[in-house]
Amino acid sequence: MTTVLNVPAAGSLLADAAGSATAHTATGVSAAAVLLIGLPLLGAALLLIGGRRIDVIGHYLGVATVVVAFVLGVAIFLQTIGMDAASRVADVHLFSWMPVASLQADFGLRLDPLSLTFVLLITGVGSLIHIYSVGYMAHDPERRKFFAYLNLFVAAMLLLVLGSSFITLYAGWEGVGLASYLLIGFWSDRPSAATAAKKAFIMNRIGDTGLILAIFLMFKELGTTSFDGVFAGIGALAEQSPGTVTVMALLLLLGACGKSGQVPLQAWLPDAMEGPTPVSALIHAATMVTAGVYLICRANPIFNLTADGRLVVTIIGAVTLLVGSIAGCAKDDIKKVLAYSTVSQIGYMFLAVGLGAGVYALGILHLLTHGFFKAGLFLGGGSVMHSMNDDVDMRHFGGLWRSMPITFWTFTAGYLALIGFPFLSGFYSKDPIIEAAFAAGGAKGYLLGGAALLGAGLTAFYMTRLMIMTFFGEERWMDLRSADGRDYHPHEAPATMTVPMIVLAVGSVGAGAFLAGGERLAHWLQPTLGEFLEPDPPFAPIVITIATLIVVAAGVAVAYLFVGRRPVPVTAPERVSALVRLARADMGGNAINEALVARPSIAVTAALLDVDRVAVDGTITGSGTALTALSGRLRRTQTGFVRSYALSMLGGSFVVVAALLLVRFA
Amino acid sequence: MNPTYYLVLSALLFGIGAVGVLVRRNAIVVFMCVELMLNAVNLSFVTFSRIHGNLDGEVMAFFVMVVAAAEVVVGLAIIMAIFRGRRSASIDDANLLKY
Amino acid sequence: MKDFPFLLIILLLPILGAIVVGSMKGASAATVKLVALAFTLVEFALVVALWIAFKAGAPGFQYSLSAEWIPALGLNFSVGVDGVSLVMIALIALLLPIVLGASWEEKLPAGRTIGGYFALLLVLESTMIAVFAATDVLVFYFAFELMLIPMYFLIGAFGGPARTYAATKFFLYSLFGGLMMLASVIGLYVVSKDYLPGGKGTLDWATLRGIAHQIPVSTQLWIFAGFAIAFAIKAPLFPLHGWLPDAGAEAPVGSGTLVVGVLDKVGTFGFLRICLPLLPAASTKLAWLIITLSVIGIFYGGILAAGQNDLKRFVTYTSIAHFGFIAMGVFAFSTQAMTGAIFYMVAHGLATGLLFLVVGMLTQRGGSRLVADYGGVWKVAPILGGMFLIGSLATIALPGTSSFIAEFLVLLGTFSTIPAWASVATVGIVVAAVYMLWIFQRTMTGPVRGSAVLMDPVPTLVPVHSGAGTPAGAGSASVGPAEPAGTHPDSQAEAHSVVHAHAPRPRARFGDLNAREILVLTPLVALIVLLGVYPKPVLDVINPAAVGIISDSGHSDPSPTIQGAGK
Repeated sequence: MTTVLNVPAAGSLLADAAGSATAHTATGVSAAAVLLIGLPLLGAALLLIGGRRIDVIGHYLGVATVVVAFVLGVAIFLQTIGMDAASRVADVHLFSWMPVASLQADFGLRLDPLSLTFVLLITGVGSLIHIYSVGYMAHDPERRKFFAYLNLFVAAMLLLVLGSSFITLYAGWEGVGLASYLLIGFWSDRPSAATAAKKAFIMNRIGDTGLILAIFLMFKELGTTSFDGVFAGIGALAEQSPGTVTVMALLLLLGACGKSGQVPLQAWLPDAMEGPTPVSALIHAATMVTAGVYLICRANPIFNLTADGRLVVTIIGAVTLLVGSIAGCAKDDIKKVLAYSTVSQIGYMFLAVGLGAGVYALGILHLLTHGFFKAGLFLGGGSVMHSMNDDVDMRHFGGLWRSMPITFWTFTAGYLALIGFPFLSGFYSKDPIIEAAFAAGGAKGYLLGGAALLGAGLTAFYMTRLMIMTFFGEERWMDLRSADGRDYHPHEAPATMTVPMIVLAVGSVGAGAFLAGGERLAHWLQPTLGEFLEPDPPFAPIVITIATLIVVAAGVAVAYLFVGRRPVPVTAPERVSALVRLARADMGGNAINEALVARPSIAVTAALLDVDRVAVDGTITGSGTALTALSGRLRRTQTGFVRSYALSMLGGSFVVVAALLLVRFA
Repeated sequence: MNPTYYLVLSALLFGIGAVGVLVRRNAIVVFMCVELMLNAVNLSFVTFSRIHGNLDGEVMAFFVMVVAAAEVVVGLAIIMAIFRGRRSASIDDANLLKY
Repeated sequence: MKDFPFLLIILLLPILGAIVVGSMKGASAATVKLVALAFTLVEFALVVALWIAFKAGAPGFQYSLSAEWIPALGLNFSVGVDGVSLVMIALIALLLPIVLGASWEEKLPAGRTIGGYFALLLVLESTMIAVFAATDVLVFYFAFELMLIPMYFLIGAFGGPARTYAATKFFLYSLFGGLMMLASVIGLYVVSKDYLPGGKGTLDWATLRGIAHQIPVSTQLWIFAGFAIAFAIKAPLFPLHGWLPDAGAEAPVGSGTLVVGVLDKVGTFGFLRICLPLLPAASTKLAWLIITLSVIGIFYGGILAAGQNDLKRFVTYTSIAHFGFIAMGVFAFSTQAMTGAIFYMVAHGLATGLLFLVVGMLTQRGGSRLVADYGGVWKVAPILGGMFLIGSLATIALPGTSSFIAEFLVLLGTFSTIPAWASVATVGIVVAAVYMLWIFQRTMTGPVRGSAVLMDPVPTLVPVHSGAGTPAGAGSASVGPAEPAGTHPDSQAEAHSVVHAHAPRPRARFGDLNAREILVLTPLVALIVLLGVYPKPVLDVINPAAVGIISDSGHSDPSPTIQGAGK
C-alpha cells in the first residue's frame, strides 16, 4: 500500500504517529461546527418548550434541524477533504468549561477525519430516520415529543464524536444515554417500556463509571483530559508504568462495553427494542451503540501501547459476536433478532479495533456499512410491524413479499449486505475483519478467526430464518388476529417511510465497495487512526474469502432446510434443545444479572431499611425511651405526702451535716 | 450561767418540732411544730449572739420572726382554703401534687 | 460604595420583613403574602448587587463589619463574605422567593396563618445568612443555634401529621450537636490564650487561623471532635442522619426545601470554614474517618432512598447520599475536590430544591406522600412530569446540569489524592441512577393508576337529551377534577333519562402545574442548566476561597506523574 502522506515509518505506530497531524484552529465553514450540535439542540428545546401549540409543525422542525446539520456537515467535509491530509485536523475552541487550578477543561470541538465520518453518518442516517418517523409516528399524539427527543439524541451524539476532550466526550456519552432512555421509554404507559428504559440507562451507567474513572486516572497521571494532552503524555507514562496504561484502557473498554451492548453488559440492548422502531434503527443499530467503537478508535494512542488491553478487546468482541448470533438464532421477535444481530456485528467491530494499530479503519468501515444496512433492516422491520398492527412475532408473519414489495426488496438488500453476499457492503467490511483476525497470529489468530468465521455462518442462518419466516412461506396471518383483536391487513408503507428505506438500501449495496475501494476510507482516516496496514493472514486472502462464502452458504442452506422446507408453527414449540432454550433466555444474560446483582441488591435494601429503622434510628430514639423510663421510675418518689418530703429533707440535712463533720474531723 | 444549756434546750425544742412535723396529721399541729422549730433556731441564734458578743444573731432572729409571721399568714390561709374545700385539716388528704 | 453597609442591611432586612409581616394582623392573606415576597425580592436584589460588587480572588473577607459584643472577654460581632459564603448567601436569597412562591397556597394546619409561616421563613433567612457571613466563631455558633428556633416552629407548628415528633427529634439532635460545639468553642477560646500576646483569648476567625498551626494535635483533636459532631449531625453524615428524613418529610414543602437545600449545608460549610483552617492538624489526622463515613453515606443514603415508600423521605435520603460526596470533597484536600464540594453545595441546593418542590406540588395534588398512590403521572400532568424528570436528572448528575460539574470535580479531585475511595464512591453514580429512575418509573410512567391519581370509580352519568357524548373533562386526563355528575339529588329524578358512559381514559384527580408553579420552578431549571453548561462565573468566585482553605489546612495539590503533558 502506498500513502500520499509523509508519515513516520510504518514500524513506529506509537502514540505520536497517530496524532501526527497537529490541530489548527478551524477556519471557514468549519468554524461554524458548533451549529452542528446547536441546531438539533435548539430544535429539541423549541419542541419541548413550545408545547402542544406547535404540534402541527413540530415534526417538520425536527426534520429540518437535522437536515440542515447534515448539509453543514457535508460542507465541512468538503472543505476538509479539499485540504492536504496534514492539515485535516482542526479545533474549535468554544469556552472555558471547568477552570479549576491545574484542571483547565475547555469546551471545544475537534474536527478531524474520524469525527467528520461520524458526523456524516449521524446526520445522514439521522435525517433519513427523521423523515421516516414523520410517517411512522403519524398517528401518535405525542409525535412532537418524539422528534424533540430524536433531536436531542442527534445533538448529544454529535457532541460525543465532536468533543475535543474526554470530558466533552463523556458529556455527549451521558447525553445519548439520556436520549436513549427517553426514547426507549417513549410509550411510557407501557410498564415493559419503562422497565427497559431504566435497564438501559442503568447498565449504561455501569459502563460510564469505567469511562469516568479512566478520565480521573488521566488527570491524576497526566494532569489533563484533552485528547491532545493525554495522547502527548501517554507514551511517557507507558514507559514509566505500563500497568497504568493497561488499567486506563480496560476502564475505557468498560465504558465502551456498556454503550455498545458488549458482553458482559449486553442485556439491555435487546430490551431496548421496546422503543419505537425508528429509535431502534438510529440509536440501537446505526449510531449510539457504535460509540464504544468510536471511543476505542479515538483512544487509539492508548490502546496502541497496551497489548493486554487490546487482547481483552478482541476477546470481548469474539465472545460477543458468538453470543449475539446464537441468541439471534432462537428469537421469534423480529426486532430482537435484529437487536442481537447488532450486538453480534458490533462484536465484529470490537474484534477489528482490538486487533490494534493498522486495522482500526476496518472497524470503522464495518461500522459505516453496518450503519446503512442495519438501519435499513430496522426500518424495513418497522414497515412490516406498521402494516401488521405492531405485531413483532415472526411466527405470525409469512408471505409478506406480495403485499409490501418495496419493503421486501429494500429488506433483501440489507439482508444480503449483512450476511456478506459478494460485492455488497457487508462483504467488503466483514471479510477483511475475518482476515485480520486470522492474521493475529498463532493459536490466538485461529481462535479469533474461527469465531469470526463461525459468527458469519450463524449470521447467515438467523437472517435467512428471519427472511423466510417474514416474507416467504404461507401467509400465516390470514387466520390470526392481533392482540388487540384486529385482522391483519398488510400494506405498503407511505412514501415518507419507503424513500429512506430505498436510500439506505442503495447504501447497503454500494457503500462497501465505495469506501473499501482503493482503501479510500483508510486513507481518509489516517490522520486520526495512523497508517492502515494490510493484514497478513496465514492463508491467502482469497482462501479466507472462499471459506467465508462457503460458511455463509451453509448457514443459508441450513436455515432453508430447517425453516423454509417445513411449516412454521404459529406458537413457538416448547420441546426444544437446551441450546435453543439458552438462546431464547438471552444466553443467560438476564439470569446472571438477576442472580448476581438484582436479587442481592433488593435483599441489601430490605436489610438496610431495617438497619436504619432499628439500629441507627433505634439507638437514638432508644436512648430517649430509656431516659423516659428512668424518669418514670424516679418520679414515683413524689408521693404527694408532705411528711415524706419533710422526712427526706431531714435525712438530707443529716447527710450534709454528717459529711461536714466528717470533713472537719477526719 | 453556761450558754450550753440554752443550746441543748434549743436542740430539744427543734427535735420535738421536727418529730411533730413528721408524725402529726393535723395541719394546724404541723404548723405549730414548724413554729416550734423556727423558735428553737431563734433561741440558738440569740445564744450564739451572746457567746460571740455581737448582735448579728439577734438581728437574724428578728428576721426569722418576721418571716415566721408572714408564713403564718400565708400558711393559715392555705390551710383554711383546703379545709373549706375538703372539710378536713389532715395533710395526708392533700396529696394531689404528686407524680 | 465601599462603605455601604451591604451586609448589615442584608442581615437585617428579612428580620424587618418578619416584623412587618407578623404585625399585619388585619390585612388580607394576599397582601401579607405580597409584602413578604417583596421583602425577599428586595433581599435578592441586594445580594445580586453584593455579588456584582464582589471582587473575586481578593484576599480575605469583603464587606467586613465588626462591632464590640462582649468587650470584657474581647469578643466581637463580626461578619464578612468570601467566595464560599457569597455563593451560599446567594443561594439562600434565591431560594427564599421561590419557596414563598411555592407555598402561596400551602394548606397549613388549622389555626395557623400564612403570615406567621412567611414571617418565620424570613427570620430563618436572616439567621441562615448570618451563619454563612460570620467571621467570628462565636457569631457562627450564635447564628447556628439561633437558626434552630424558627426551624423548630416551621416544622412543629406548620408541618404534617407527625410534626411534633419530627420537630422534637430535629431539635434534640441539633441541640446536642450545638452543645458539643459550644464546648469546643469555649475550648478554642481558652486554648487561644496560650498563643496570643498578653494572654487575651479571642474567637476571631482570622486571628485563630494565624495561630492554628501552633496548637498541638492532641488539643486540636478534642476541639475538632466537638465541632465535627455538630457538623456531622447538621450535614448530616452517616450515622447521625436520623433526624433528616423525619424533619424533611414532616416539614411543609417550603421549609422542607430550605432544610435539605440550605440548612444542611451549614454542616459541610462548618467543616470547611472552622475545622480545616482552624484545626488543620486534627482535620488531616481524622480525614480518613470523615471520608469513610462519607463513602458509607453515599451508598447508605442511595440504597435507602431506593427502598423508600414515602416521596418526601425519599428526597431526604438522596440528600444524605449527596452530602457524602460533599464531605468527601471537603476532606480530600485537593483544589478540584474542594471547589467541587463548594459548587456541589450550590448545585445540590438547586437540584434538590427543584425536586423537593416538585414532589411537594405532586403530593399536594394527590394528598398522599406514598409512592404506591401514584402512577403514570407523566401522562396526566406532562409539565409536572417533565420538571420531575429534570430534577431527577440533576440529582443523578447528568452532564448539562450543574450537579455534574460538582460531582465530577469532587470525584476527580478526590481521585488525585485518594484514588481507592474515589473509585468506590464513583460506583455511587450507578446507585443514584437506580434509585432515581426507579422512583421515576413507579410514579411517573406506566399506566395511569394509584388512588392519588385516579378519581373514585363514580359512574359517569350523561344526560341523553343533552346530546353530548361525555361531559367535557371526564374523558380528558389533563383537565382538573371533574364534578362527578349524578351526585346531586335532582339527578335521581332524571335517572331514567341518563345512561352510564364509560370514560375512554382514566379520569385523573388532578391537573398539570399552573402558571404560578411553572414560574416558581423556571429559575431553578434555568440555573441548573446554565451552571451545568457555563459554570465559570461561579467557579471563579469559589476557586480562590478553595485554594485558600487548602493552603490553610497545610496541603497542596498532588502533581501528575507525567509533568507537562497538559497545556
